[in-house]
Amino acid sequence: MKLHEYQSKFVFAGYGIPIPHGKIATTPQEAFEIAREIGQPVVIKAQVLVGGRGKAGGVKLARNPDEAEMYASAILGMNIKGLTVKKVLVDPAADIKTEIYLGVTTDRAARRSVMMASAAGGVDIEEVARSTPEKIVRIHIDPFLGLRDYQARDIACGIGLARQYWKEFIQIARALYRCYEENDASLAEINPLVITADDHLLALDGKMVLDDNGLFRHPQLAEMRDTDEEAPAEAQARQAGLSYVKLDGEIGCMVNGAGLAMTTMDMTKLFGGSPANFLDIGGGAKADKVATALRIILADPNVKSVLFNIFGGITRCDEVARGILEALQEVPTQVPMVVRLIGTNEEEGRAILADANMITAATLAEAAQKAVEAAKQYATERGEQS
Amino acid sequence: MSILVDRNTRLLVQGITGREGAFHTEQMVAYGTNVVAGTTPGKGGEWVGNVPVFDTVKSAVEATGANCSVIYVPAAATPDAIYEAADAGIPLIVAITEGVPIMDMLKVRAYLDQRGVRLVGPNCPGILTPGEAKVGIMPGHIGMPGNVGVVSRSGTLTYEVVYALTSRRIGQTTCVGIGGDPINGTSFIDVLEMFEDDPATEKIVMIGEIGGTDEEKAARFISEKMTKPVVAFIAGRTAPPGKRMGHAGAIVEGGTGTAEEKIKALESVGVKVASHPEQIPDLIAEL
Repeated sequence: MKLHEYQSKFVFAGYGIPIPHGKIATTPQEAFEIAREIGQPVVIKAQVLVGGRGKAGGVKLARNPDEAEMYASAILGMNIKGLTVKKVLVDPAADIKTEIYLGVTTDRAARRSVMMASAAGGVDIEEVARSTPEKIVRIHIDPFLGLRDYQARDIACGIGLARQYWKEFIQIARALYRCYEENDASLAEINPLVITADDHLLALDGKMVLDDNGLFRHPQLAEMRDTDEEAPAEAQARQAGLSYVKLDGEIGCMVNGAGLAMTTMDMTKLFGGSPANFLDIGGGAKADKVATALRIILADPNVKSVLFNIFGGITRCDEVARGILEALQEVPTQVPMVVRLIGTNEEEGRAILADANMITAATLAEAAQKAVEAAKQYATERGEQS
Repeated sequence: MSILVDRNTRLLVQGITGREGAFHTEQMVAYGTNVVAGTTPGKGGEWVGNVPVFDTVKSAVEATGANCSVIYVPAAATPDAIYEAADAGIPLIVAITEGVPIMDMLKVRAYLDQRGVRLVGPNCPGILTPGEAKVGIMPGHIGMPGNVGVVSRSGTLTYEVVYALTSRRIGQTTCVGIGGDPINGTSFIDVLEMFEDDPATEKIVMIGEIGGTDEEKAARFISEKMTKPVVAFIAGRTAPPGKRMGHAGAIVEGGTGTAEEKIKALESVGVKVASHPEQIPDLIAEL
C-alpha cells in the first residue's frame, strides 16, 4: 500500500524528521486560505499515487494566495497517468541550496534492508542508478542492530556532505530507518532532502510504501488507504480476499494460485489471445468467493470469454462449481465459458456444471486454446473486432 | 534417494489442532509420512489421531526425537513458531503460512543463518518425496517416484507441472516449493545444489516467476557448478510492470524481474525453457 506525500511526511514528522508545515486543500478556496495563513510563497503539489507529477504540471510555485488559488484550480481535477487529482498539498516554499536523495528499502538479493543516498537528489533515483550508479552510496543494515551512527556517518561521508550538516543528517537517517522498520514499510524515501538557505536540513518530499502483510500491526496506517485511487473492481476484490489486477485483454481468467494464474494469462497470449485480468481466488475458496470473482470478471465490458483453471488441492472443485452456478443465476450472461477442473473433487465439480452449457477442457493448453477461439467467435457474432 | 525429507524424517506439526493443521496432518499420515508429534500451546496431552500433542516444541523434541517441523499457524504467530523450532534444535523447518511480514522475515533469516538451520518457505506448498514423505499441503497422489528433481516458487503451478510429469510416467525424486515471498528461507540455488549432490536425481525442473533476481542467480550457478541438465519454466510473461501478481514477491520493479530477462539468462547457459507447463515433460524426455 502506497501513502501519499502528505501522509508520508506526517509519519516522518512523528519521528522528528523536519518537514515543511503545509496543509491539504481539496478546493481552490482552501488553497487560497492556507497560502494566506502561511504568509509566504507556497508550492501547490498534486497528491496522486503515481510518479512524474512534476513533469505532468502537478507541482507549481505560487507567489501569493491568488496564484495559489489559480494553480490549485488548475491542478485539482487534473488527470495524471489515469488518476484524477482530488487533493493538493500547500507547502511553504523553501529556499534551497542543495538537494540530496535519502531512502531505505528491502534489498531482496542481499536479504537485508539497504539505505541509499546520493548527492544527486531531487531527480528520479532509478535513473541515477542506471546511468551513474557510482553516485549512489549503499549501506546494508543488520535487522537486529538497526542503522548505527557510524553507518549514517559513512553515508554522509560517501556523498561528500559538509561536516557542519552531519549531526542533523545522522538524526534524520536514523529516524528514517526507525520509521521504515517500525511501520513495516518496504520503502521510505526523502527526495529531495534539502539544505536550506539558513543551513538546515528539511524533508521537502516524502514517499512511503507499506508491506500489506504488516498492515495488521498498524491499523492507523491501514486507515490512510486512499480507496479513490484504487480501481473499483480492485477494491471490491481486495475486500473479498481476492487478488485481482485488471489488464487490457479480452479473456477473463479465474485461477487458484498466483503462479498458475500468471501461467494461465501467459497461455492465452501463446494461443493468440490476451488476458483481461489476473485473478487468484486463493486456497480453499468457498462458493460465495468464487461468485464474487466471476461478477468482477463479467463486469469488465472487454471480456469476451472466461477461462476457469482450477487445480484442486486445498481448493475443492465442487465448491468452485457451485460458486460459478451461483454467480450465473444472479448475472446471466452470453459470454462463453471454458472450464478446466482438476484435482480434489473434480468429478463432483464437473457433474455440477454438466447442465450449465460450458465448454470443458482436459489440459491447460486445450483450455487456453478454446477460450481464445470462443472469444473470437463471440466478438464476430456481435460484429466487433476481437 | 531424495533430498530434505524421506521415510526417516520424524515430523513435528506446529499448530496441529488448528483447522489447516489437523486436516493436513491427517493427509500427511495417510500418505505414510512419519508424523511423530504436534504442538499447540495449551493443548499438550491431547491427541490428533494417533499423534501426541505437546505444549512446546522443546518438550515434543525431547519426547519424540522430531527432526523436521512443518508450520500451519497464522502469519502473526509464524515468526515465533520458527524461532521456537530453531531453538529446540530442529534442523529443517517448513513454513506453509502465507502473509508473514517482510520485516519479520529479515530477522528470521538473519537468526537462522547464524545457527545453520534450514527454512523452506514461508508461503509455500512444502516438500514431497513421492512414495516416502509429504510435508506440507501438496496433493500426494500427483507425484510418483523417479529421477527428476522439481523446485518451484509457486504452489498450484508446481502441482500442474508434477501432474504433467506423472501423467507421462516421468517420476520425481523430490518436489520442493520454496515459496513466493521476497525474503524466504531457501533459494533456487540451495535446492539446485542439493539435487546436484543427490545421486538419485538425474534431471531437474525449475519453475520460476517474475520478480527479484533469483532465477538469474540460479542461471549463473547452473553454468558454473552443475553437471545435471535443467529444464525451466517462468510464469508472468504477460504481467505488466509495477503490479503485484498475487505473491508478495511477484512484481516487476524498476525494469528488473521481468520474465524475458529470466528466460534469456537461463537460455544463455543452455537451460531449455518451456513455453508452457505441459511442454516440460517433452523437454525432459528429450534429454
